[in-house]
Amino acid sequence: MSRRILPGFKFSLGFTITYLALLLLLPMAACLYKASALSSSQFLGAVWTPRTQAAYRFTLEVSLWSASASVLLGLLVAWVLVRYEFPLKRVFDSLIDLPFALPTAVAGLVYSSLYVKQGWLGQYLVPIGIEGAYSKFAVVLVLTFLGLPFVVRAIQPVLETIDADTEEAAFLLGASRLQTFFRVIFPAILPATVTGFALSFARSLGEYGSVVFVSGNMPFKTEIAPVLIVSRLEEFAYAEATAIAVVLLGLSLAMLLVINQLERWSTSRAT
Amino acid sequence: MQPSKQLKPAAHGFRAAARRDPAWVRWLLTSLAVAVVGVLIVIPVTHVFYQALKPGWATYWNNLTADADTRHAIMLTLIVAPSAVVANVLFGVVAAWAIARFRFPGRTLLVSLIDLPFAVSPVVAGLMLLLIFGMQGVLGPWLREHNIQIVFALPGLILATMFVTMPFVVRELLPVMEAIGDEEEVAAVSLGANAWQMFWRVTLPNIKWGLLYGVILCNARAMGEFGAVYVVSGRIERQTYTMPLRVEKLFQDYDNPASFAVASVLTFLALVTLLVKVVLERKTQGELAEVAALRQPGEQV
Repeated sequence: MSRRILPGFKFSLGFTITYLALLLLLPMAACLYKASALSSSQFLGAVWTPRTQAAYRFTLEVSLWSASASVLLGLLVAWVLVRYEFPLKRVFDSLIDLPFALPTAVAGLVYSSLYVKQGWLGQYLVPIGIEGAYSKFAVVLVLTFLGLPFVVRAIQPVLETIDADTEEAAFLLGASRLQTFFRVIFPAILPATVTGFALSFARSLGEYGSVVFVSGNMPFKTEIAPVLIVSRLEEFAYAEATAIAVVLLGLSLAMLLVINQLERWSTSRAT
Repeated sequence: MQPSKQLKPAAHGFRAAARRDPAWVRWLLTSLAVAVVGVLIVIPVTHVFYQALKPGWATYWNNLTADADTRHAIMLTLIVAPSAVVANVLFGVVAAWAIARFRFPGRTLLVSLIDLPFAVSPVVAGLMLLLIFGMQGVLGPWLREHNIQIVFALPGLILATMFVTMPFVVRELLPVMEAIGDEEEVAAVSLGANAWQMFWRVTLPNIKWGLLYGVILCNARAMGEFGAVYVVSGRIERQTYTMPLRVEKLFQDYDNPASFAVASVLTFLALVTLLVKVVLERKTQGELAEVAALRQPGEQV
């Protein structure tokens, strides 16, 4: 396809690069430029205080929990979707994508009201000690909702293309279903599963809209890093906000690299 | 690639048995999966409509239309989201053309760059715009001198939404354009079509469903964007509140029925998005299958 018979190469590439430079690279450069105005001790003073440390720890912790939960539940849902037949399966399948389409503020709003003491689910859960609103569990819950489709949509296509032959060979050789799953099927879907984990983890790290509703935003306890940026901005402490943003930006770029590598690994395994 | 799909009748029984789980396992796993989706997705969606409509249809309608702030938020979202979508459709089509139809150094890097907004926290995205166009920003003094307001105003809201939704259209178009291939376009150009004719008569008809699909996804995200818009909005009543911000404001004011009423409109849009997505997915797959069937067997894309 490298034939240059087709028109518009210079125009389309030039336009693409200009658009990306203006909308993406310029803002990032401004962010780094503003952060570089800080001395290293000012920078450290902004990004490494007890409150920010607590926020990083909380963000990482809830992201890890929610990505793990998404993987477990996503595996289950993908397996059932690919292997079994049941009524209304098509509706079920398309509902999985809802978290992609639903505004995060709506997700936050409804999750916060479902799990409070008077809520639909909270009235049964709160008496037995499960606090699904304004707690760490609440944040994990809403992030799992957001992460689930990433995992399902990563695993589903791979599971669909697994050859029946290997499974039959395992069956003929006397393996049980459980052995077949762990020795034959799981290794085949492992790259896709890890990719799904990374995608939902990356999404959770930066999530803001839904978490502000459900977490209660208590400093040192349930405050996530993006909330910290916003509260710094509200104090007009632009420099500190920028410093924390640079840390988050670095983390996002690292995740993007990891995800790219993982996707390459998945496709090289699949073919 | 899939010889196992063409089963010999005699082998069918054993082949099926090799991949079939016992009935109780099937029942258990299916019920668990339905329960998971029920609790995480179906109950919350139902709850939105239940809470919104609990005070009755009249109050619901009143909540949506009587409050001038809410009306303004709905109008603003109807301006911001389409503007961002139009910009990203333009970008998406042009970028997909460059990436799918030509090979050049740095092409992979370009694709990764386009994915970047998916990884960046929306709050950070909003902050970055503040750092350019805000009072303290790089261009702040110049903009103030010339009396141009970007952040805490409509242009900032559109820019923030553009940033966050940038990858959607390209991401949908790339696989479609790669799968369709460039034969028809090369033929059109060889027969003397100019770039414009080729695009309108060949490229666009080929990618139309994929494009529409990208537009739908982009629009859903644009209407629902919260973090980035929150930061650049400055939250000025009747000026920079979009629908999702309005949902949050009403929630903070303990006006739950009104908050859920606005949320129910957004949820309804999300459900429509899913429906259109299903229809379009079927259409694009149908067209790709047609293209594959027309190709010589064995020819690789």
